[in-house]
Amino acid sequence: MPTAAPHFPPSSSRAPVPVVDILRLNTCGSVDDGKSTLIGRLLYDSKSLMEDQIEALERSADITGGGQINLANLTDGLRAEREQGITIDVAYRYFATPRRKFIIADTPGHVQYTRNMVTGASTANLAIVLVDARAGVIEQSRRHTAIASLLRIPHLVVAVNKMDLVDWSEARFNEIREQFEEFLPRLDIKDVKFIPLSALNGDNVVEPSPHTPWYVGPTLLGHLETVHIASDWNLSAFRLPVQWVNRPNNPTDPRLHDFRGFSGQIAGGIVRTGQKVMALPGGVISSVKEIHTFDGPVAEAFCPQSVSLVLEHDVDVSRGSMLVGVDALPGGGTELSAKICWMHARPLQRGKKYFLKHTSSTVQAIVTEIESRLDMATLEAQPNPAELTINDLGEIRLRTAKPLFYDGYATNRLTGSFILIEQGTNATVGAGMLLPPGEVVRPEHTDYAI
Amino acid sequence: MKGYHLDHLQHLETEAMHIMREVAGEFERPALLFSGGKDSICLLRLAEKAFRPSDIPLPFLNVETGHEFPELIEFRDRRAKQLGAKLIVRTVDQALANGTATQAPGEVSRNKLQIPVLLGAIEEFRFDCAIGGARRDEEKARAKERFFSFRDSFGQWDPKNQRPEIWNLYNGRLNAGENMRVFPLSNWTEMDVWEYIKREHLEVPKIYFSHTRECFRRGGQWLPLPPPQADATKPDPYAGARPKPNEPVKTMVCRVRTIADMISTGMIESPADTVDDIIAEVAAARVTERGSRADDKASEAAMEDRKKAGYF
Repeated sequence: MPTAAPHFPPSSSRAPVPVVDILRLNTCGSVDDGKSTLIGRLLYDSKSLMEDQIEALERSADITGGGQINLANLTDGLRAEREQGITIDVAYRYFATPRRKFIIADTPGHVQYTRNMVTGASTANLAIVLVDARAGVIEQSRRHTAIASLLRIPHLVVAVNKMDLVDWSEARFNEIREQFEEFLPRLDIKDVKFIPLSALNGDNVVEPSPHTPWYVGPTLLGHLETVHIASDWNLSAFRLPVQWVNRPNNPTDPRLHDFRGFSGQIAGGIVRTGQKVMALPGGVISSVKEIHTFDGPVAEAFCPQSVSLVLEHDVDVSRGSMLVGVDALPGGGTELSAKICWMHARPLQRGKKYFLKHTSSTVQAIVTEIESRLDMATLEAQPNPAELTINDLGEIRLRTAKPLFYDGYATNRLTGSFILIEQGTNATVGAGMLLPPGEVVRPEHTDYAI
Repeated sequence: MKGYHLDHLQHLETEAMHIMREVAGEFERPALLFSGGKDSICLLRLAEKAFRPSDIPLPFLNVETGHEFPELIEFRDRRAKQLGAKLIVRTVDQALANGTATQAPGEVSRNKLQIPVLLGAIEEFRFDCAIGGARRDEEKARAKERFFSFRDSFGQWDPKNQRPEIWNLYNGRLNAGENMRVFPLSNWTEMDVWEYIKREHLEVPKIYFSHTRECFRRGGQWLPLPPPQADATKPDPYAGARPKPNEPVKTMVCRVRTIADMISTGMIESPADTVDDIIAEVAAARVTERGSRADDKASEAAMEDRKKAGYF
C-alpha cells in the first residue's frame, strides 16, 4: 500500500515560474445595463474568444438576432436566458492577459436575484457596477454598491455604459458621478473609479475611445490589469479551522504510526514550527511540531495555504475545531451580532432555528433579534422590522448551541462569515457577516495548558 | 517582510484541496470520478495533496461507454493501482444487457447512456457525493455550475434553483436519496491544467501526445478509425462509427485535446509531443477545447440538457 508520499524535488529546485496573480471580479447592474455585453466585449477585444465561440455567436445571430451578433449570448448559457434575453444565474468566465488572470462572476441584476450577486461578490477583489447613462443611478445601483460595500470588496469601478446614447456628454457623466458621490460616504468602499464607456461599440473597454477626449483615465481593461490588489488575505492573526484529521491506517512506514495531522486551509496569519497554538474549543495550548505538506515539511505556512499541522502533544482536536495563535486570540461565544443578506423566499423569522455553518463547523442557531433592515432608497437602517424578506440586508442577533470562535468580518472575511441553512429543506437561506466580538475567547480549561 | 503570496496555480491548488477536504469531512460515502483524462489526473494529485500520508479516503469510479481508447483504460487501471485506490468500473454494455439503459434508435454515440449507468452506480454503492473534474471554462452551461452541485433524488440538476455559494462555505447537507456533485477544478482553465501537469510532473496517457493514426472525416472532424471487429458472429460494437464509403480515411500525425470515447473524440493534427509543446499549442489555439467534441455540437443546449438529466 503506497501510504508514504512519493518524493518530488522541493519546489525551489524547479525552474522559476513567473508569478501571475489572479484578479477576481464581479459585474453587477440592472436588467438592461449591458453586463453580459460588456463581458462579451472584454473577451472579444482582448482576443480571448475562440473561433468556434464566435462561429456559434454568428450562427445564433442569423437565427434569432436578425444578423446582429449578440455578445450577451456568450455568457447567457442557459436556454431560458437566451429566450428571455436575461441572465438567470451567476456565470463564471475566465480570461488572461500577459499581466493577469481574471475570473469574472457575471451576476444578474433582477431584484429577485440579489442572492446571486452576493454569491459572485463574496470572493471578489473588485466589483464593476454598471449604470445606464440615460437612467443614471437607480435603486439597484445603490443596492449593488451597498452589497459590494457590505461584502468588503476592496475596489469598485462604476462603468457608465451606453455613453453613445447620451452623445458622449461629459456633463451627464459628471452628473452620474455626483449621484454616486452623494451616497458613497455612507459606505465602506475606499477605492472607486468612474469610467465612461460603450460596451456595445467597445469604447474605453479595451481600446481608448475617440469620443471621450475629456476623459483622461485608463480603459476598463487597463484599470483591471493595473489596479493594486494588496493581499486580500489576513496575515496578522493565525487561524486554522480543522477540516479533517489525517491519521493513516496501518501505515507501512513506522514513522507514520503516530502521525496525527490536523488538515485545513489557513484562514488567517502565518504559522511556524515551534510556535505555540491554542486548540479551541478546549483551550489547550501546544506547539507546532511539523507543518506537513505532500511536497515535504515546511518551516512556515500562511493564509490561504492548505496544510496539515502535527502538534507536540496529544490534544483533542476534530473537524470543527480551530487552531489559533496565542498572541491574537479570536472572539468566542454563543451570543452574536451580524449583518445578513437574506436569500430565500421564506422570510427570516425571529425565534426560528437554523443550521449555521462557520468555517468548518456547523452548529444550531436561533435568531433572537432582528435589529434593523437597510432601506435601499436612503441606505439608512430602519430599526425593528417584523421580518427580513428575500434580498433584504439587515442586522440580527443570534444565539448558537455551541460557542463560535470568530473575528469580525471587517478583520477577516474567512473567520468572520457564516451561512444559515434552513432545517428540513437544507436550502442556503442567509449570508452573514459577524460584527467585531465584544471580548476575546475565554478558554474553558486554561489550567490544562501544557 | 518577505512575500507571502501565491501564484495562480498555488491559489487554484489550495482552493481545490480545501474543497476535497470539505468532501471528506461532510459526506459519508463520497467517490471520485476518474476517467484517466487530464482533468481527473489533476484531481488525483490534488487528492494526494489533500490526504497524504493517509490513504485517499474515496474510491474511484469510472463509467465506460465500451468505446474507450485502450491507452486510456490501461493508464486508468495502472494509476489507480499506483495510488492504492479502489477502482469501480461500471459499463454501458452491462446496462444495455440488463435493460437499465436503452439506446435511441439510430444513435451511435453512447454518451447519453452514461447517465443511467452513473446514476445506477451511485445508487448501488449509496454514494452521497461524486467528485468530478469538470471546469467552468469548458462550456457555457458548465459556466453556471457551483462547486457543490446539488442533485435531487433523480440525479437532476436544476440550474434555476441552485444553492447560493458564498465565500468558501459549502453547504453539503442532503436528505435521503439526494446527492452532490463536487467540482474542485471549477476555476481552472485548460491552460491551468497543463501548467499544473508540468509543474507536478504528472504522467498523462500517450494519446495526448502526437502519434500516427488512421482517421476518417465526419461532421467537420477527424474521428479515429475504430479497432477491427473482433468477432464477426456478434453485433459490431462500433456499428455506425465506421467510415462510410463517402467519408475519406487518412493517416495523420495527430493527438487528442480532450477525450470522450473513440466515437465522439475529434483528433487534432499536431506535432506536439511534450507537455511544453502542448502548452504552446493551447496558448496559440484559436478554437476551444470542446470544439473537438461531437457530443457538444448536437445543439446550443446539448450540455445543459444532459446535465439536467443527471450527466456530470
